[in-house]
Amino acid sequence: MVPRRCKGPLCQTIGRPPTAGSNYCSLTRVPAVSENEGPLLWRAEGLCTALILIDSVTKRYPDGTTAVDRLTLEIPDGAITVLVGPSGCGKTTTLRMINRMIEPSEGKITLDGRDIREQPVNALRRSMGYVIQHAGLFPHRTIVENIATVPRLLGWDRGQARSRALELMERVGLDPSLAKRYPYQLSGGQQQRVGVARALAADPPVMLMDEPFSAVDPVVRKGLQDELVRIQAELGKTIVFVTHDIDEAIKIGDMVAVLREGGRLAQFAPPAELLSAPADAFVEDFLGLDRGIRRLSFFTAAGLELTALPIVAVDSTAEQIAARAVPQTPYLLVTDTEGRPLGWADAKDLVAGSNTLIPYGHSFVAGRDSLRAALDSAVLSPTGWAVAVDEDGRAVGVAAQETIAAAIRAAHAELPSYVRDPGGTDPAGNLASNPGEPTDQEVKA
Amino acid sequence: MGGFFRIPSDLQHSYLGLVGWHLQEALIPVLFGLLIALPLGQLCARYRWLYAPMLGITTVFYALPSLAFFVVLIDYTGLSDTTVEIPLTVYSLVVLIPAIIDGVRSVPEETNAAATAMGFGPVRRYLQVDLPIAVPAIFAGLRVATVSSISLVSVGALIGNEGALGNLLADANFYHRPILAWSSVVTTAVLAILIDGLLVLLRRLLTPWAVR
Amino acid sequence: MNLLHFVNAFFNDSARWHGADGIPQRLWEHVQYSLMALGIAGAIGLPIGLVTGHTGRGGNVLALLATAARALPSFGLLVLLTILMGLGLTPVMVPLVALAVPPMLVTTYEAVRTVDRSLVDAARGMGMSPLRVLWQVEVPVALPLILSGIRSSAIQIVSTATIAAYVSFGGLGRYIVDGLYQVDYVKVVGGATLVAALALVTLGLFWLAGRVFVSPGVRRQQR
Repeated sequence: MVPRRCKGPLCQTIGRPPTAGSNYCSLTRVPAVSENEGPLLWRAEGLCTALILIDSVTKRYPDGTTAVDRLTLEIPDGAITVLVGPSGCGKTTTLRMINRMIEPSEGKITLDGRDIREQPVNALRRSMGYVIQHAGLFPHRTIVENIATVPRLLGWDRGQARSRALELMERVGLDPSLAKRYPYQLSGGQQQRVGVARALAADPPVMLMDEPFSAVDPVVRKGLQDELVRIQAELGKTIVFVTHDIDEAIKIGDMVAVLREGGRLAQFAPPAELLSAPADAFVEDFLGLDRGIRRLSFFTAAGLELTALPIVAVDSTAEQIAARAVPQTPYLLVTDTEGRPLGWADAKDLVAGSNTLIPYGHSFVAGRDSLRAALDSAVLSPTGWAVAVDEDGRAVGVAAQETIAAAIRAAHAELPSYVRDPGGTDPAGNLASNPGEPTDQEVKA
Repeated sequence: MGGFFRIPSDLQHSYLGLVGWHLQEALIPVLFGLLIALPLGQLCARYRWLYAPMLGITTVFYALPSLAFFVVLIDYTGLSDTTVEIPLTVYSLVVLIPAIIDGVRSVPEETNAAATAMGFGPVRRYLQVDLPIAVPAIFAGLRVATVSSISLVSVGALIGNEGALGNLLADANFYHRPILAWSSVVTTAVLAILIDGLLVLLRRLLTPWAVR
Repeated sequence: MNLLHFVNAFFNDSARWHGADGIPQRLWEHVQYSLMALGIAGAIGLPIGLVTGHTGRGGNVLALLATAARALPSFGLLVLLTILMGLGLTPVMVPLVALAVPPMLVTTYEAVRTVDRSLVDAARGMGMSPLRVLWQVEVPVALPLILSGIRSSAIQIVSTATIAAYVSFGGLGRYIVDGLYQVDYVKVVGGATLVAALALVTLGLFWLAGRVFVSPGVRRQQR
């Protein structure tokens, strides 16, 4: 009998049972899991309650199209939930129903237990941050005035609103000298940051983001995504994020809802589970290739066995080099005097005094980066060995591909099994009422 | 009601005759205005800095009261249709030049580039690509210019009865027949609306590709 | 006919600068008529244009009304109304207002309509009420175009306010009408020059208004 697990972000490893009728265990604080306890999932602490409940919501248009079809979703508090899917899947429609920009044809949405239709609509919207593509900044107002919009709407006085705006500019990574500028003077990436700051200004518990990073180029987009994850780690908002990019969803989402055309839910699960056990062919197809490799980003390389043996500094003597060279490692990693890697060299050539180095590709940060980064480093390396460095870039060890493969196998074994129960789960991740036969859960060492 | 169409003999025209004359005095200037505005507008679209001074000059001419304009011209063109038509041509420029510029600007860069890349020479491209796409904007201006023109012709009555339908106004006072004033105003207004409608139809004919 | 000669003669006559028929007096009367007509036209055209532009409905009706208003011949209307109502300021105001409303109405409607929809979306999503959205977002962004519409109307009015003189009122038209009947070309040309000058001043005033009221963030976006 596969026990049901709370779907809260960090509850995955702990596996508390959810309360009846919900996906979450209602624990309001999840204890941090220390590094020694095995593979970690890289998410900020989350709260195990559902803040927003989308209850069997349908949206039909007069011309007959159904944008959203009986969607039921529990959006967890304090986490980033991503709605992702192809165009026409109703993800933006769903988002806009949360702040009542669109009204559902059937079903209801509750926020913190109360139906959102009970409140006056403007009060509801002022309690939610709203970020759209192309930012929608008011061209006739300065950056500071833009950010201060909702606080002013709520009645804050000018000075308060202004200082709050400046504070937020810093938080989203904008230079304070931009405060008095106008939107047309900022780049696309900067404008998007202002959009995020504007949404955060009144400190709303909920943020709605509609493809906010789709209109900028990939380099800027990556920066913005990293910023969002960083801000979320500091603030712990409940964020509902819409995107058509599955990689973005996996990168930043704590929970990912995959929608299919016609507005139906295909799967609602944490990214790791999505990659390991896609609910059906559509989800699998949408995820694309390299599922397995991408899933490796959820495994830490912290437990990886590193050997510092084949590392020599550039100023080593011939005897030191000879001591390091062993049959298993015909190549030695040459570092500068600070310990930073320079490249690989054949041991024999080094002893003979040659200076030619084989480039080492790129390294991964030991203890911080994922198994995927380690594997990538190993595959890129012409010698097949991955180079591990510390936070300052100094080499701490190397790992062979075999070591990494062993680590992968071990990680698989220790994570909770996402093997699909023959009884089946419904797309929202709830178990079917008759679970069916038990499946094997033991660890193959 | 019968008095509406009965024109005093001193005007030497029948009702329909007056209408025809009025149209002639109104539409010819607009036509000339269009012909002048097309190259001028094109120039202004190409050389942005020309727009402000052009706007200033045309505004000054536009502001000149029609009567004064007519009076000054009498010495040169006498008491004839031309005296009325020249100022009306100038007035239409104020509306038509911005309209042409708008029209030219409404042709997307990419469309132009594509046409040139396909081998359209500049003249052919202007006639077959730029102008057709500019038609809606140009017609918007054309409609305003035409309606205004039809309205202004009446003032010609003050300089020796060159106002076509406007001439009825003086007679209305003179013969104490208000119905003639009604006739003048209503006919002019209806005429303007009809011509406007015709222009809309013409635009639809010229742009079958446009969204209704 | 040496125009410049006439212009010189007109302005150099010192008597011209005093009294009931003096330039300052006539100018002042003309400005009064113009402001009155502009005010009335604005009170009609601007609110309707703003509301229809904001809701997006009624564009076709608006276009029809504008054409109809433009079709009314100003001079003819003046004479007709004077016959019907006798001498008064109303027969002068009606044609002027009829002339001035269409540009303001149509341009304001277009201006608000063409405001970037994503701005309105963002504003609504932040919890602004419809009135706030109109006033704090749509109008400031549409302001350059709205101002150009009002400017158009103002120029029309300044030029056409001369018709007041046809029915014995004052204003700069007085010089032109009197000059016509007295066969005094100096007056005609002088009067016309004054009207043109007033129009230029109006243009300048609107340029100033643009600099003062239009946010620098919006101005730069223009053309």
